[in-house]
Amino acid sequence: MQATLSMALTNSHEQTETQADEARQLGFWFYLMSDGVIFALLFATYAAMSHSFAGGPSGKELFDIRYTLAETALLLTSSLTCGLATLAALQQRRNQAVVWLLMTLVLGLSFVALELSEFGDMIGQGAGPERSGYLSAFFTLVGTHGLHVSLGMVWLLVMVAQLLRKGTRFQVLSRLQRWALFWHFLDIVWVGIFSVVYLPGVLP
Amino acid sequence: MFGKLSLQAIPYNNPIVMGAVALMVICALTIFWIITRQHKWGYLWRHWLTSVDHKKIGIMYIILALVMLLRGFSDAIMMRIQQAMAVGADPGYLPPDHFDQIFSAHGTIMIFFMAMPFLTGLINIVVPLQIGTRDVAFPFLNSVSLWLTASGAMLVMLSLAIGQFSTAGWTAYPPYAELSYNPSVGVDYWIWAVQISGIGSTLTGINFLVTIIKNRAPGMTLMRMPLFTWTALCVSILMILAFPGLTVASGLLALDRYLDMHFFTNGEGGNMMNYANLFWIWGHPEVYILILPAFGIFSEVVATFSSKRLFGYHSLVWATMAIALLSFTVWLHHFFTMGAGANVNAAFGIATMLIAIPTGVKLFDWLLTLFRGRIRFTTPMLFTLGFIPSFAIGGAAGVLLAVPPVDFMMHNSEFLVAHFHNMLIPGALFGFLAGYMYWFPKTFGFRLDERWGRRAFWSWLIGFQLAFLPLYALGLMGMPRRMEHYGNPDWQPWLIVAAIGAAVILFGIVCLIVQLIVSIRRREALADTSGDPWDGRTLEWATRSPPAAYNFAVIPEVTSIDAFWAMKREGHTMPPEPVHYSDIWMPKNTGAGFYLGGLSFILGFALIWHIFWMAALALLGMIGIVIARSFDDDTEYKIPAAEVARIERRRLSPQSPGTRPLANDSTQPATEV
Amino acid sequence: MSEITQHQSSSVRSYLVGFGLALLLTAIPFVVVLFTSLTKPLTLSVIAVAAVIQILVHLRYFLHLNFSPSNRWFLVTIAFTTVILVIMVGGSIWIIIDLNRHMMPMP
Repeated sequence: MQATLSMALTNSHEQTETQADEARQLGFWFYLMSDGVIFALLFATYAAMSHSFAGGPSGKELFDIRYTLAETALLLTSSLTCGLATLAALQQRRNQAVVWLLMTLVLGLSFVALELSEFGDMIGQGAGPERSGYLSAFFTLVGTHGLHVSLGMVWLLVMVAQLLRKGTRFQVLSRLQRWALFWHFLDIVWVGIFSVVYLPGVLP
Repeated sequence: MFGKLSLQAIPYNNPIVMGAVALMVICALTIFWIITRQHKWGYLWRHWLTSVDHKKIGIMYIILALVMLLRGFSDAIMMRIQQAMAVGADPGYLPPDHFDQIFSAHGTIMIFFMAMPFLTGLINIVVPLQIGTRDVAFPFLNSVSLWLTASGAMLVMLSLAIGQFSTAGWTAYPPYAELSYNPSVGVDYWIWAVQISGIGSTLTGINFLVTIIKNRAPGMTLMRMPLFTWTALCVSILMILAFPGLTVASGLLALDRYLDMHFFTNGEGGNMMNYANLFWIWGHPEVYILILPAFGIFSEVVATFSSKRLFGYHSLVWATMAIALLSFTVWLHHFFTMGAGANVNAAFGIATMLIAIPTGVKLFDWLLTLFRGRIRFTTPMLFTLGFIPSFAIGGAAGVLLAVPPVDFMMHNSEFLVAHFHNMLIPGALFGFLAGYMYWFPKTFGFRLDERWGRRAFWSWLIGFQLAFLPLYALGLMGMPRRMEHYGNPDWQPWLIVAAIGAAVILFGIVCLIVQLIVSIRRREALADTSGDPWDGRTLEWATRSPPAAYNFAVIPEVTSIDAFWAMKREGHTMPPEPVHYSDIWMPKNTGAGFYLGGLSFILGFALIWHIFWMAALALLGMIGIVIARSFDDDTEYKIPAAEVARIERRRLSPQSPGTRPLANDSTQPATEV
Repeated sequence: MSEITQHQSSSVRSYLVGFGLALLLTAIPFVVVLFTSLTKPLTLSVIAVAAVIQILVHLRYFLHLNFSPSNRWFLVTIAFTTVILVIMVGGSIWIIIDLNRHMMPMP
């Protein structure tokens, strides 16, 4: 993943920044590993509590797979627009990059909105996180992912502001690269969520 | 408006607590008064609180650790006095609730706010010097880590004066730590203190892993790194991958307490056993986070003061990595008795015993380094020599506890308390003290007084044995841990011996304080003008003491293990002076780290007392600071080559240390915030 | 410049290929769950295999992780983290199932 940015660097004035940039990419990667462990432990907790219904509803009764399908499609598409945004920025096409970023934002917002309405439905049926150990684990795992997506969108807005204010400077591109890494990472976590939580949850 | 907070939260009616609070307030006011009197606030802010220099951050970490050592030790000696008294009809002087808070605070403080800052401080000061770089990879992040840790420590201190601390032990096991059994704010203080400082530790891990991977001097391959740097590398990996366990365990406990969830509750599908599981997924690697840096320090000290190359360097490196990996595979041995079947217990028992192998390799390597060496009995060396036999005893007790059937007899007894103190005092703390005395001249330009150092060492060594060997016997006699009162008079003599041991350790602490004062007074006589007071072997001794802000005017080239030793054999006492110096870019100081720490303190306090508007404001403030910082491009300043040459020439001419500032500040421009 | 343009167009292709594969690997488990009646173990296996492959696809096409020397530390760390994750998650599930069997009244 170093390759893309260092290609852009060959015609950049800021060669001296390369080393600092490599350190930042690596450091951010280590952060993602650490965050990955957090998600892994939440997955393990979800698995440990997958039968702790305490007389409450199970996933089979609660999950509407159409929500999951729509959320998956939104997040996956947002990964594509996110990638295209970083490519446009690397090609110094600032406005194009901003447009792709804003599309990513719209997709991300729709994802979070859908997730919130799904949560709202469940809480409305009396199946909130306080109902059972199982639902606590469900809301925490999926909610932590949603929280990450929301923070990713705050970061996205910061990137839009920096692109507009500072242009496609090396530091901005480097930071954009790390934001993209974060966004793709969240998509990977979502693959885990629909494969561990939703799909097995609706099986008879 | 103020959540659960009211004036009733201050424990007016408890004379012991109020006495401690009064002492704390008086100390704080005295320090404030002195600083104001000396007009040092500006200096303190510009050169220390806002500093991103790894050496100063390291010094501040160690100051925090030593202050918290005093607090944690006060808790310890109170418990020892209580247990020496409270047999039969005598209730002792501490009520049960207060005793419970004391042992909870003692464990929390010693692990999170004494040992962690101590080792982080040493890593901060030493690792960049050892690998020949000018700073860590992320200097600003380093400052953030420091202030997050300090903010957690301040929360624990504050719990003394406002509200109360947890009574659930340093591990905060549910269901007792749940709201239904523990409705006070004590557990919340614990949760947010460890969450905030835990984030700081994770960031430290990331920072030093990148620093060690990316910033090594040319020629320093991984297998040429000093052993302390190797242990720092492994510790960084452990911090990155293990701390999420603590974040998740305490985070889910917080969700139970704040949002009425059911992760660990008694009913509604909660599974309290999963808490122990998650907590120890962090907790066991944490043990090695504490002890590996000490192993690294012992390795450096034993080689330097035997005037020999470390015996079995490669085996020590591999042993360190093996321990780091194995430390992730043994966590269940902390809850053998929770009810797992024989297969599970056997698997984790065997994995636990395996760790004894690389640890044994290390002990033999150190012994063989001593063998036929020209040994100099300086205080760092004394601590190392005291460590080896004491640690062997504790290790043997550990292998014993690794056998599940034995653990069923011993768990939760004083035997366990003796075992883990035996690992953490001679193992970790002796190492940190050895490192403190070994690298003190490098950091400040003068050595510590040896006479008071030896007194401190003997008091610590004898005091430790007196205080903890009786606990093995008490454990075998069946005494459970954490008792504020007991009925069996046979236990009392042993507990009185243990209390005497604690008093001897107190004398050791007094010696450390006197040593510091005496050394500062005699700093001219103890000055280290060479930069290499111990005839050292590694790169940190190739700089002046204290090093300039940029550490190395010219980055050294490394050709072998013990790089500086090789240079000295080629006839250089310093890296050879270059024909010309070049400009050096260094990171600018910034107040952002301090503000983030301060806001995290307010965030923690607001969450503890359910003042949610304040928590939201603090969180928004933190996010705002991070965003604002990301817009700031002007984060570095240039030291021109001529200035570097001037500093180096001044440093090369011998100077009395009394006229020299404690750390070189001349190049640092005023902070802009 | 031509080199960079070429590089970029291949990157666009990389994203599109990744996107296509990810769509496919998402569709397979959803179809299997919604429209077929395979046995439960078989369905779960399909879901698991599709998820693992999809994660590899994301790493390869979106995060551009490959075996080039500049990626050495990224690969080393993700490999080590994977080992640790397997130990932590596998160990936790093993421990909790075992504890539940011995200590909890199961419904």
